[in-house]
Amino acid sequence: MTSLPETTERALGLVIDLDTCVGCHACVVNCKEWNTGGYGAPLADMDPYGAEPEGAWLNRIHTFEVSPEDAPASIVHFPKSCLHCADAPCVTVCPTGASYKRSEDGIVLVDESMCIGCGLCAWSCPYGAREMDPVENVMKKCTLCVDRIYNDNIPEEDRVPACVRTCPSGARHFGDFSDPQSNVSQLVAERGGFDLMPEMGTAPVNKYLPPRPKAKPECATTTTPASVQAEVGGFLGWLDRALEKLGKD
Amino acid sequence: MGGDGHNLELSPHVSDEIRKTTCYMCACRCGINVHLRKGEDGQPKIRYIEGNRDHPINRGVLCAKGSAGIMQHYSPARLKKPLLRVGERGKGAFREIEWEEALALASEWLGEVRQRDPKKLAFFTGRDQSQSLTGWWAQQYGTPNFAAHGGFCSVNMAAGGIYTFGGAFWEFGAPDWDRTELFMIFGVAEDHDSNPIKMGLAKLKDRGVKIIGVNPVRTGYNAIADEWVGITPGTDGLFILALVHELLKAGSIDLDYLLRYTNAPWLVVQNEGAEDHGLFARNEAGEPLVFDRQQEVCVSSKGKAVKPALNGQVTLPDGRKARPAFELLAQKYLSDEYAPEAVSERTGVSPSQIRRLAGEIAQAAFEREVVIDQPWTDMKGERHEKMVGRPVSFHAMRGISAHSNGFQTCRALHLLQILLGSIDSPGGFRFKPPYPRPIDGQPKPHGGCKPGEPLAGPHLGFLRGPEELLLEDDGITPQRIDKAFSWDAPMSSHGLMHMVISNACAGDPYPVDVLFMYMANMSWNSSMNSGGVMKMLQEKDDNGDYRIPKIIYSDAYNSEMVAFADLVLPDTTYLERHDCISILDRPISEPEALADSLRWPVVDPATQGEGRDVRGFQSVLLDLGGRLGLPGMVKPDGSAIYKDYADYMVNHQRRPGVGPLAGWRGKDGEQQGRGEPNPEQINRYIENGGFFQAHVPAEAQYFKHANRAWSDWAIEMGLQDGPVENVFQLYLEPLRKFQLAAEGHGKRLPPESHRARIKATFDPLPIWYPPFEGQQLDENEFPYHAITQRPAAMYHSWGSQNAWLRQIHGANPLYVPGAICDEAGLVDGDWAFVTSHHGRIKVPVRRMEAVNEKTLWTWNAIGKRSGAWNLDDDAPEAKKGFLLNHLIHELLPPKADGLRWSNSDPITGQAAWFDLRVRIEKADPQDHPVSLPQFEPQEDGLEQPAHQLTYGREWGEGT
Repeated sequence: MTSLPETTERALGLVIDLDTCVGCHACVVNCKEWNTGGYGAPLADMDPYGAEPEGAWLNRIHTFEVSPEDAPASIVHFPKSCLHCADAPCVTVCPTGASYKRSEDGIVLVDESMCIGCGLCAWSCPYGAREMDPVENVMKKCTLCVDRIYNDNIPEEDRVPACVRTCPSGARHFGDFSDPQSNVSQLVAERGGFDLMPEMGTAPVNKYLPPRPKAKPECATTTTPASVQAEVGGFLGWLDRALEKLGKD
Repeated sequence: MGGDGHNLELSPHVSDEIRKTTCYMCACRCGINVHLRKGEDGQPKIRYIEGNRDHPINRGVLCAKGSAGIMQHYSPARLKKPLLRVGERGKGAFREIEWEEALALASEWLGEVRQRDPKKLAFFTGRDQSQSLTGWWAQQYGTPNFAAHGGFCSVNMAAGGIYTFGGAFWEFGAPDWDRTELFMIFGVAEDHDSNPIKMGLAKLKDRGVKIIGVNPVRTGYNAIADEWVGITPGTDGLFILALVHELLKAGSIDLDYLLRYTNAPWLVVQNEGAEDHGLFARNEAGEPLVFDRQQEVCVSSKGKAVKPALNGQVTLPDGRKARPAFELLAQKYLSDEYAPEAVSERTGVSPSQIRRLAGEIAQAAFEREVVIDQPWTDMKGERHEKMVGRPVSFHAMRGISAHSNGFQTCRALHLLQILLGSIDSPGGFRFKPPYPRPIDGQPKPHGGCKPGEPLAGPHLGFLRGPEELLLEDDGITPQRIDKAFSWDAPMSSHGLMHMVISNACAGDPYPVDVLFMYMANMSWNSSMNSGGVMKMLQEKDDNGDYRIPKIIYSDAYNSEMVAFADLVLPDTTYLERHDCISILDRPISEPEALADSLRWPVVDPATQGEGRDVRGFQSVLLDLGGRLGLPGMVKPDGSAIYKDYADYMVNHQRRPGVGPLAGWRGKDGEQQGRGEPNPEQINRYIENGGFFQAHVPAEAQYFKHANRAWSDWAIEMGLQDGPVENVFQLYLEPLRKFQLAAEGHGKRLPPESHRARIKATFDPLPIWYPPFEGQQLDENEFPYHAITQRPAAMYHSWGSQNAWLRQIHGANPLYVPGAICDEAGLVDGDWAFVTSHHGRIKVPVRRMEAVNEKTLWTWNAIGKRSGAWNLDDDAPEAKKGFLLNHLIHELLPPKADGLRWSNSDPITGQAAWFDLRVRIEKADPQDHPVSLPQFEPQEDGLEQPAHQLTYGREWGEGT
């Protein structure tokens, strides 16, 4: 079994805003293209042009329909990748030490050279955030683009995870949760950011921001325009007076 | 070495080189950084594609489609060599030929037709972004039969906007995201301004601005909208006019704006039954008259310091009676017909919601006005100290336009915007250069046809009345194969591509000899009645010859249409080609800058796969133009002027000094907009990231329709050659001229069969009428609407070949409202038959609640013909995916008189995809669960794709 670091110097992770995510899959595909040519084995696709195409992905979007009793049904798009938990069961369950959490920044990684593909970590992850590569038989997971965020070969402003850089609706934010002043900590504080399935005791680093309440069709009228038709002369009477006023302005 | 004892490379090599070009994974035209890295064969290979941070469209972001470009570029469906058909059409059997043979054959076919009867060539391009070239080529060839795909896409949106105010949404203009206080978005096509809308929504969310989504389906943008209006398809116009009714009733309109910028005060002749009834009263110079309410006299609307009246009957100098257009407008929309209670049942929107929304719109527009401290001068010379705006903005696209009442619905939306005073005012809608461009700044359509001669002008344009229709001498027979600009669809500014094949097959108005198409999947998802179109393409006459004798088709991929071509010209992928998103067409401008862009071969096709021998279609077209000796494409000695498309992009001049690209013109590259060709132009674009932009001066940023500084700048930049008057046309006189013709006035009269329809639908003020298909059917027999939505992660059929995107959308269920499921006994996983007046399909079903209660829907263009796109015959796209197209006929159900009309808008001819009415019933669970109809698998000569894909293996960094 593998140990978790007692503390990490930083706690890097993502804030995902469910209020602005339109479910476009930009993050999903950009993640795939960055990572298939990057960290570790490629993210393989089986039967890519066949009857049952299926590949390894590090980030997927799940779409749910919500039907409240007092409002019309709505759709929530829910992007999900590794949450880089402080108490990551996928690390402690690993028999070889391949699955580990970095003490520098809290990123949970798989050292593929040590991975035997037993899949225990994926079983232990309550979020289903790990996927076995179908060709190399090693465990794949979000690396928080560890090969981007410290990479001297790319411009400083681009040293963020690929999903964050590409997100068109600004629904993904990257930062250090150990710093209360960081952008991500502030967002969580301001918007009521929450843990996914806190009852699992994994202490996820990634946080989600809730969708804002939606207006209901029959909600109270805040503004009822007064009818000018009721005024003297009806609409045309109003028009004459309004034009006269306009002429004097 | 990282910490914790693991070997981790934190700073791996990413790419050898970054090349910046323009995306083509959909129509949005984002800037991309293409990272190249040496592959196993030593050739440059695409390592990664990301958004270009400097680019005006996407500012660094990139959508799922753009990020999947690698898989598109290396698709196993890519065509490799020119192909000549060897089997029967539709089978997909070809032999490979050399380019010389292909081009010689094409020029033989095309040359013979040009000398004999040029209209026997029908040249139609699909999702082509080079219409300023393809249209010009067709003009020089001399066939009247050219258009691109606008007729089956969104011409109602484009034409409704241009006719009304000289702009429209997407390429023509955008919401003022930074200043708007309320945003309403109607039925959208995801590829039209895809990333800018998402970025804009993020800005609104940041500022806490309310977003209202009006759409029968609550997915995508509607899922995050603060309020959803789950409207019944085809009733948006009625909903909008009910908002207009409420705003008028409350006096929540901008009268000053209406007086200054619109034809609201223009006098409309009231002379019931006469040939001038409903036309504008004009003076001898042809200038529309208004009634000065202070001087109490009729004067020209063009005069300065006029105080026009908006109501009251006026006696014109010649004794006729007239009333201001605004009075007619107010009378119409104040009528109870448009009261919320009257429209609620049809639209599915409650009266209280309509009232509240009208109140919220009024409040945002008039109580939160936006003021910018920027003086400006209008076209009449009046100086304004500030720019005052009405911060309510809208966006709309195919959801409102792909109906047979779409043109009037689009006009209704613009009427609403204009009454609020929110067109190009701060916080409202903003024009993107070169727009505004009202019909006075637009060409008229040109027809005619003489052997061996070019057309007198461009094919497509905006006609002003019946006298400009393209008809034969009998005043009835259409000149064009698609019957554009005829009585069937008079104001069809983008043509009717969806009618070309059926008309050509029927020989109505005449047969064609050569059908030449580019990037248009007409035998599948781009046609109504796909199965019928496949048969038409295969239909033979009594001699055993195909009714459409020759078909030339160019595509980069083995699409469904390839199988029906006689000669296939293989195009490059978007990373291997030159292209320009030209200022002569609809460039990539954003409201604050004029911008255009190019594509260039970031990789050489010869290095991108064994045996690839492909050429960019535009270069091939210019080559053919040279071989055919088309004017403007050959020198006096008969040799070709342009070596290829890149050469044309740099050296072609449409008018002196004005060419396809606006940046770095002039010998030294110092000029913008106008200037001599610069041989270094393409390199300068490449150095700048593939695009050019020139910022609109601060004084010209708003009120461009009436702004002197804008007009001066537009002239300087070559966007126009002189001032263009742009008075917003709330009352659209060209429509009234058609109505008058239908009433029996004028020289050109529509046939009797068309008169009632023209009278009813060509109202000069926006109206709503029920979509035609529903009108002609028994609603009890076909009680539901069926529509498609375009998924954010897929662009038409292009996405299906993409190994990554097809894992996201590999099959499409039919989403069915819960109550309908309960009534039909349907649960998730069931299959159902869906029946329209035209066809019956079998589809998988999924229950959904967040949808209008009368509406079934599915994702657009996921279904594939078995064997197409080099997918396995049993691919889910073919076996579980399906097209609604099989239910939609290109003609409406027959009427009592036996006549069948095109299933299109009667004004513009836009394909009425979303008028479809259906019923649904559960399929026997014993039935083999495969979607129906199925077709014989399409063959191809392509290599079998690999069974597994490990893209990027050669670059993997050790862990």
